[in-house]
This record gives sequence, C-alpha cells and structure tokens, in this order.
Amino acid sequence: MILNASGCLDALTAPEVVQSLDAFVTKTVTPLPREGNQPVRIAETDLGMLNSIGLANPGIDGFLADTLPRVLDLGVPVWVSVGGFAAREYADVCARLDDKPLAAIELNVSCPNVSSPEEEVEEIVAVARAATTKTLYAKLSPSVPDVGAAAAAAARAGADGLTLVNTIRGLALDERTLEPKLGPGVGGLSGPALRPIALAAVFTAYRATGLPIVGVGGVETGAHGLDLIAAGASAFALGTVLFADPEAPLRVSEELEREASARGFATPLAAYAAAHGGPPPTPLRRVA
Amino acid sequence: MPCRFRSELRRELLDVVGVEDLGPYRLLRVKRRRLESGVPGQFFMLAPPGRLLPRPMSLSLATRSELGFLIDPVGPGTKALTGVVRVERLNVLGPLGNGFRLDVERPLLVGGGIGVAPFPYLSERLGRPPAVLGFRSEAHAEAAALIPNAEVVVEPRLVTEAIPAGHDVLACGPEPMLRAVADLSPGAQLAWEAPMACGYGACYGCAVEIGGALKRLCVEGPVLEHAA
Repeated sequence: MILNASGCLDALTAPEVVQSLDAFVTKTVTPLPREGNQPVRIAETDLGMLNSIGLANPGIDGFLADTLPRVLDLGVPVWVSVGGFAAREYADVCARLDDKPLAAIELNVSCPNVSSPEEEVEEIVAVARAATTKTLYAKLSPSVPDVGAAAAAAARAGADGLTLVNTIRGLALDERTLEPKLGPGVGGLSGPALRPIALAAVFTAYRATGLPIVGVGGVETGAHGLDLIAAGASAFALGTVLFADPEAPLRVSEELEREASARGFATPLAAYAAAHGGPPPTPLRRVA
Repeated sequence: MPCRFRSELRRELLDVVGVEDLGPYRLLRVKRRRLESGVPGQFFMLAPPGRLLPRPMSLSLATRSELGFLIDPVGPGTKALTGVVRVERLNVLGPLGNGFRLDVERPLLVGGGIGVAPFPYLSERLGRPPAVLGFRSEAHAEAAALIPNAEVVVEPRLVTEAIPAGHDVLACGPEPMLRAVADLSPGAQLAWEAPMACGYGACYGCAVEIGGALKRLCVEGPVLEHAA
C-alpha cells in the first residue's frame, strides 16, 4: 500500500529503496526520448520544493529494451507512468506495454513542467482504456476548479483508479538577483505544502467516484499516510520525503501501523474513508 | 507484501563536534560513526535542521573519528548547517557519486572559492601536491590554511593566470572557472556543482550541461574528466 510518487525514484540507481516499497512507479515514459528541461531544475522553498525536470526519459523503445527488464528483475510490482502530448501518444505507449507483466499503468495527465496534452483528461483516458487491458490509473492535478468533476470524467472514461495529486505550479526567485531560480522559470511544487491540497483532492474525488485512489502529496510520516487513507485513499505514495530520507518507506510503514493501532483500527486500511463519517458511499472496488 | 530491508545507502545521525570559522567560511566537524570517508571528490548529503532538503557537501577532512566539511554559509541550508552546536546531531548520507581519479603522475589542484572544500582530503591522499587557489578576498583566502603547498591568488587575479604547464589538473570551483580550466588543461578532472535534492540518482534535479549533453552530477559526477 506504500508506493513512490512517479518521478521521485529511479529503480536503477536505488534498487534497495525500490525493494522497500509495496509497488514501484516508474518515471513517466513518453513515445520519444526526452533529455528533460534546462537546468537549474530544483529549488527548495519555505514549505516544499520546486522541480522542473521535464519528463526526462529514454522513450518507450529504450524503456522496453533496457529499463523495464531491469526494473522487473527487482521483484516488486511495477506501475508504469505514461505521458504524452496528445491522446494518441498515450494510447500508443499503453499498447506497447499491454503484454508486459505490470501491476498497473498510471496516465500522467497532469505534469506542470511540459506542455499540456491537446485533449481533455476524459478523452486521453478513453483512448488509453481502449489500448490496454491493464489496470489503469489517471494521475490528476489539483489545479482545476473542480477536482471532483475531473475525477468523475476519468471514471466515466474507464479509469480503474485515480492518483491524486501531482505537483502544482510554483515560482521561487533568487534572493539577490530576483530572477527565477529554476531554468524554465516556474516548476512543480511538492512537499509539505501539498498535504492539505492532496487531502482535499482525495476527499473530493472519493466522494465523486468511489474509485480506488493513491494519495500523494507531502507525506512524511505514517500519520500523514493515515490521513490520506481516512480521506478515501486505498494506498499512498512517497515523493519528496524520499530525497531526504531513502529509508522513509520502512519508517513510514512502521509508523502507519502504530498510528492506526493508536486510534483503535485493526489495520491502517480499516481507517479507509473514516473522514467521510459512516460507511463509504460506494464499495471499495479494488485496493491498489 | 514484499520483504522490507534497510537501504544500502548509508545514512547516519552524527554528533556535531564543533564549527570553526575560516574567514567567511565555516568548518563543520561531526563524529563519523560507521560512515566511510570515500574517495576525495565524493560528497555527502547533510540534512540542515529545519529544512526540507539535504545539501550536498564534499568531504574536506577525514580522521579516524571525525568527518569535516568546509561550508560557505550563504543560504538558509548552509546557514542552518553551520549554525549547529555541539549537542546537536545531523543526518548524513554518503559517500555518494564519483570522486577524483588518484592515479595521476603530476597532480596539481586548482580551486576557486568554496570549491577548495575537497582539497584538504584530496591533498592528503595525493601526498601534498602543489595547489593553486583563487579567492575573491583576503578573508576568503584564510581557507587556504587547510591546504599544504598552495599558491594563493586573490581577485582581480584569477587562478587560470597561475596554472603552470605540464600537470595533471584536478579542479573544483565555480562553473566559469571550470570551463576556463578545461580550455587550458585538456584532460583535467573537474568537480562540478548543482542544486541537488537527493544525491542518489532519484530526482534528476542535478543535471548540468557539459559537452553539449545534460549530465546527472550525482551519478555521473560530480567529478568528470574533461575530454582532451
């Protein structure tokens, strides 16, 4: 039930961290190789960090030939994050992945550091759904007027689950020159600043869809993870905390058990949807 | 559920021994516990109290019981790191990345500003070779006391004006200095710097454009051999 947030871990440079997770989510794979955005790519802020990596990846050919076999060798369930700049690109990459032994495909339709796809979320999910039989998650942005409507649109289009949230755009200026710290100017804000935003998005999307949700956003402790479960997530992911603490998966897992137990829950998942007061509005269809 | 085991990345909570001034720079010393000192030019991620992200610091000094890091306290992270006192402890991860290649015949250390940080340890491992160190002021040049056999130049004079020919150059300093050294000394080993979030290849944040390609410094560097 503890994953990494896509983009926050590389299985090939830190396999031992990957093996401390319940499932590993790859960096986003696009049809063609991408070198990523021009440096500077990261900056710390008061309550988080900004990144503008820009979906650096080897492209689907390189990913299938070189990366994926080595990732699968680690023996951890693999989710592949898929990106693109048009719905057909998502569909093409999903089709190439369809015969691979993956636990799930996560559609990254919400990266703040590259151009948005031409189509809306619903159309992207629909064409990806038609291209693969794999379990399909849509990773959504909280930077929309109505995250419940976006979640419902993904559900209508055939998503099996949702990942909430991706980073939101932020800017940091150099103290001396007042120029943007990041090469591309703005970047994606992650870390503790996202916690209440992620909680609200999970809470809202759960009410709107009842779909399984992977909660993401500023989780640093087991208590933070338990909050996301209570808001309606059936799993949660670690992102920025991994940069400072590669042992976070083990620590957070232990803390999660303790925090659930301290509140009288037999297991952490027993706290599922507790924030909604009473039984879930729809049954838990599938736990990620 | 897969079996869980602790990361092989070595991270330790280390006792602060002390912080000393060297001009505007500060030398942070911590108990080393089980951490290896690594190869000179490798780095450690030091977690500043109260900050979200750790900061990459190359190792300046290694004794049997202590590690020392020369730090320029310019931002919130470096100020927090050098503002610690003896009773505090710091999380330290490392050593990380690729250090200097030490099998050189006529080593010359070329450093600029806080780029001299790895040189005390490097000098010791190379048998105290000659060094040329550039600083922006006499006060900053106090850091040269840590490095034996050093010629010190102070702005407006630049280190690139003081590099003798016929040496294997090992350099660390600001990016313009490294690019100038590379032009003067083909084959030089250059230690680069970039903001880093993780230090172990996870974030892809520390990319720097070198030779027309983006290099991830934490796994491909930070020491890179300049193509001759």
